[in-house]
Amino acid sequence: MTNNATPMMNKATPMMSGLPLLTRIRRGAALPLAAMIVALTVLWYAGAVLMNMTLVRDAFEREEVEYTTMELVAGTLDAERPLLPAPHQIVATFIDGVFNYAPNSPRSLVYHSWVTLSAALLGLAMGVATGILLAVLIIHVRVLEKSLLPWIIASQMIPVLAIAPITIVVLGSIGIRGLVPKALISAYLCVFPVVIGMVKGLTSPDRQHRDLMHNWSATPAQVFFKLRWPAAIPYLFASLKVAMAISIVGAVVGELPTGAQAGIGARLLAGSYYGQTIQIWAALLAISIVAAGFVGLVGLIEKSVARRMGAPA
Amino acid sequence: MLDAATDRSRTAALSSPVIEARDVSLTYASADGDVHALSNINLSIAAGEFVSFIGPSGCGKTTFLRAVADLEHATGGDLRVNGLTPHDARMQRAYGYVFQAAALFPWRNIEDNIMLPLEIMGLDEDERRERARRNLELVNLTGFERKFPWQLSGGMQQRASIARALSFDPALLLMDEPFGALDEIVRDHLNEQLLQLWNRTGKTVLFVTHSIQEAVFLSSRIIVMSPRPGRIIDDIACDLPRDRGLDIRETPEFIALAQRVRSGLRAGHAYDE
Repeated sequence: MTNNATPMMNKATPMMSGLPLLTRIRRGAALPLAAMIVALTVLWYAGAVLMNMTLVRDAFEREEVEYTTMELVAGTLDAERPLLPAPHQIVATFIDGVFNYAPNSPRSLVYHSWVTLSAALLGLAMGVATGILLAVLIIHVRVLEKSLLPWIIASQMIPVLAIAPITIVVLGSIGIRGLVPKALISAYLCVFPVVIGMVKGLTSPDRQHRDLMHNWSATPAQVFFKLRWPAAIPYLFASLKVAMAISIVGAVVGELPTGAQAGIGARLLAGSYYGQTIQIWAALLAISIVAAGFVGLVGLIEKSVARRMGAPA
Repeated sequence: MLDAATDRSRTAALSSPVIEARDVSLTYASADGDVHALSNINLSIAAGEFVSFIGPSGCGKTTFLRAVADLEHATGGDLRVNGLTPHDARMQRAYGYVFQAAALFPWRNIEDNIMLPLEIMGLDEDERRERARRNLELVNLTGFERKFPWQLSGGMQQRASIARALSFDPALLLMDEPFGALDEIVRDHLNEQLLQLWNRTGKTVLFVTHSIQEAVFLSSRIIVMSPRPGRIIDDIACDLPRDRGLDIRETPEFIALAQRVRSGLRAGHAYDE
């Protein structure tokens, strides 16, 4: 949401920048966003009609019934197992999955989202802690920058789809199942952006600030906590946003190879077995909303921390 | 403000020089061979002097200041600060350093910035606040304690940075082109304030500048330097009255001193241009 959404709004910009989201939407700053959503929806419907056309026409012809163009189009937007479900079908299934079942029912999207989210959050915590620790080691031990960083980068070249089944199977064979293996896969993905961001952030203080600390004969711990750490905070939040999003990807991927009973990944897998495309899309919608919500939450925490650290409002 | 101990040390300092440089040289190894940043510097600075270092880029004036501050290390000769090596003098908190940029910590408000060196040196909270208050008053920034650096003008930021350098009451103030990035009107104003500050506190000041006017106006002594190799080519006593105002820049004495500095700078330049 940019502040100077339209030229007309420019005068109001300085006042609007600090306002809550809802107020900004009311004042029209959401217009470009709304236009984008409308355009995408129209495109999506067009795509649904085109992609499902053959499917529906074949069905009509198999049953040897007469059909009009209108009926054909209506059919493409109302198929049970369409190639591309229409938005209203996805939304209907999504709403059904969220509101019509108890949150602990295996048919509830809230239940599956929570299963995935809990693994993702645990993985995020482990990944961020590991990432910060590695970054601290790397900036303090010069040898590690040369020896450790290439391995961290190389580790990200291995597709997570290859790592995930190995992890799940190996840990499963020693009796570790459920949350922890999935969290480990999330953590594996989260470490990378955090290490890269924090190495950059912890080394970001400029020469003069470091000279001043030297001038005051600060101890290495003081240099770290009074200079390097505060200077790294903006970098930490940038990394956290990436890590938050990919921790969820990691948890979903972790659910795929095991034929897990619960979680968004399990839902996607079941959907693809039975050709339930609408169910797949509804599950994707659910996890996207969760991910967007949590990335947004990180953004809010970032803003409040930045304000306390004196950033211009 | 001064207790007996500091009083005694000040008396002692008057008899022995604050800075004593004997044949100090500093050579960097670079891709194009050795760079002689400082060559055979001999200099003795007494307590309470205001010494300006002036010269073209590469003459070693900043390097000398950094060597005194233990940010660079002399490769030859002997450099003493209060009779100690620069390292030991730094451990005793002998000097405050002011850079060209104010270099305030952006996530700390002005008061917290002033208190940072005191925090590092382990002073208790009440003492830190009291010293911040006193030093902000000294640089006319009372009332700005809760502001963050970005809310202050460049000149005010630099005053805050001077207050920070003074907060732990070092006997020696090292200033590396502190007003170089400010416009002339602000610079004049800060020059006057710095002069008053020097009169009031009796600190020894080492001041690096590019400006002849600034050097003559502020100093009790001007060291003119020349590059390749970095060396001292003139040492000018500047005996204008201590409570000088900006008007003094129109007097014949001032102009004569400025002339002498300028001709020194020209002589240093002549052979390589």
